[in-house]
Amino acid sequence: MARFIVRRLVQMVLVMFAVSVLVFLIFNVIPNGDPAVRMAGRQPTETQIEAIRKEWGFDENIVVQYATTMKKVFTGDLQSYFTQLPVGEEIRKGLPRTLALAIGAAILWMLVAVAFGLYSAVKAGKFADRFLTIIALIGISMPVFWIGALMNYYLGFKLGWFPNGGYVEFTEDPFDWFYHLILPWTALAILFIGFYSRVLRSNVLDTINEDYVRTARAKGLSERQIMVRHVLRNSMIPIVTLWGLDFAAVLGGGAILTETVFDLQGVGQYAAESIGQLDVPPVLAVTLFAAFFIVAMNAVVDILYAYLDPRIRLQ
Amino acid sequence: MATEPVTDQTALQGPAAWESEAEREGVHGVGPWRLALRRLRRNKVALLFGFIFVLLVAVCLAAPLWANQVAKTGPNENHLTDTVVIDGEETDVVALNGVPIGPTWKGQFFLGADSNGRDVMVRLLYGGRNSLVIGLTAAFMTTVLSIVLGLLAGFLRGRTDTGIRFLLDVMWSFPVVILGVALGVALALGGLQLGPVTIAGDSLVIPIFVIGLVYIPYMARPVRGQVLSLREKEFVEAARAQGAGPLRIMFGEVLPNLMSTILVFFTLLIANAILLEAALSFLGAGVRPPNPSWGTMIDEGVERIATAPHLAIVPGAMLVLTVLALNVFGDGVRDALDPRAKVRIEH
Repeated sequence: MARFIVRRLVQMVLVMFAVSVLVFLIFNVIPNGDPAVRMAGRQPTETQIEAIRKEWGFDENIVVQYATTMKKVFTGDLQSYFTQLPVGEEIRKGLPRTLALAIGAAILWMLVAVAFGLYSAVKAGKFADRFLTIIALIGISMPVFWIGALMNYYLGFKLGWFPNGGYVEFTEDPFDWFYHLILPWTALAILFIGFYSRVLRSNVLDTINEDYVRTARAKGLSERQIMVRHVLRNSMIPIVTLWGLDFAAVLGGGAILTETVFDLQGVGQYAAESIGQLDVPPVLAVTLFAAFFIVAMNAVVDILYAYLDPRIRLQ
Repeated sequence: MATEPVTDQTALQGPAAWESEAEREGVHGVGPWRLALRRLRRNKVALLFGFIFVLLVAVCLAAPLWANQVAKTGPNENHLTDTVVIDGEETDVVALNGVPIGPTWKGQFFLGADSNGRDVMVRLLYGGRNSLVIGLTAAFMTTVLSIVLGLLAGFLRGRTDTGIRFLLDVMWSFPVVILGVALGVALALGGLQLGPVTIAGDSLVIPIFVIGLVYIPYMARPVRGQVLSLREKEFVEAARAQGAGPLRIMFGEVLPNLMSTILVFFTLLIANAILLEAALSFLGAGVRPPNPSWGTMIDEGVERIATAPHLAIVPGAMLVLTVLALNVFGDGVRDALDPRAKVRIEH
């Protein structure tokens, strides 16, 4: 086990290094034109550009440039040349909001998807199954910012059932916090409910024909016990893996669209606003942190898996 | 192995494995593609949505026709000070408080105007062309690159495989939207220099390039997996015994057996590429205004949703219909080719 963990961690560090190189290449090398001009934002002055060129060392060789860029990102020295605000602090401020959105949505989509998927599988081929399949397909075909904006407008603004965007601190008023997050959670969860219920449905249909299910039925367990204890439990394994990875992806940037539509002021919205201004430093930092987070989460999931299933350690 | 009679059809990977026990009884001598087609033809819902997609493409292709003959305006022509007759009354296209008219259901401003007084229907059709072109070309680019990478990694194995897998792992570490946005922002200002070709920052090629790149790991990985199992099959051994080189085996023997996977992925990739175009344009890292696309139109519409909701609803509904049609049709194609396959793209 220890050997596996070490090997996996070494691999993680390697991927992180490659990720950082790729991010550096994307922002500083691949595009045309002077990187200092790009960093400086929309309307830079000549002195600003000159200062940035010196600060980032754009006239030095590429290895030094890479080192300078990484140093700036990880020491919290990075600042936006558009708003003049330090990037690290802005990200820290937004993180709890993004976390609240991602955790709530993940719980919601898992619960609903399990209910939909299981029901769909039990009623396979019947009307209810087809209906849920169509709903799921519509769900995965909708852009989250579009359905989010419509929900916000019709349910929030017009009917007044929900607050019209915005975020309330949990410590301020837990109920209001929850109330403000219902629509964002739902909008973000729709896509994943569509995916997960379909994956779960096909997993359940595969599991139902296993020998141990027949055995369970033969020894006289009730249908409910069979479904929950034998079928659902075994169908959930691949879903739980997906769940871990998708949660990381949502937290690492998938929530960018939802946050913007509902004005949650999280990390995603910070990134979105920077993108609108073509403000490079914040986009660079968010991209890098998101990818690092996902790489780390992947390693954690793999190690947990190896702990649960010893066969994986030997691969 | 070679002396064993081929009685177990599922032992043969690829087309032959699609024939289910029951269907083999009645239909002797029919090829797997024809069988798949027969199964697809029985799936009326999938066919209907496939037809809807073709119809949408045709309608968008006819954009200039509608613009010149019916609406008599271009996609970027402003009509801020013009008036139209609605219910016998002269009405400003854009009211004094900046609110544009809604759908008139007549030739001019059929679906209303936007805040610049531009005809929404005309923009919807021209925008659809851009969205569809981006979706189709990006999906094509992803497919070709994924096939090449997957074939090389799975067939040659060894160092090539390690290298390609590492590259895919690195790309896989980025959420799709974030990677797209990063590339989009980086390329939007200066454009891109690819050897002798320079691409301007506001060109449609940039979003195509970005979207075509980010989905590669999602397709190249499964392709590689399939190649790994295909390369151990008897027909590859037979080809090698006949003196075929690696390239010939890869593209002549292995590739045809990947076709069903490729076909299904291609359909679903178009849907996802159109969705990603919308997301990138919404964030300002995709198609650059005033060039219309469904994404930029939704972006403009969401900003004005409180006063002119039709600006967000119309392009969004069109987008959902297109993506839904592709998803349902792609599902049907997959079921017809291989009911057991599990394909998932989004991260």
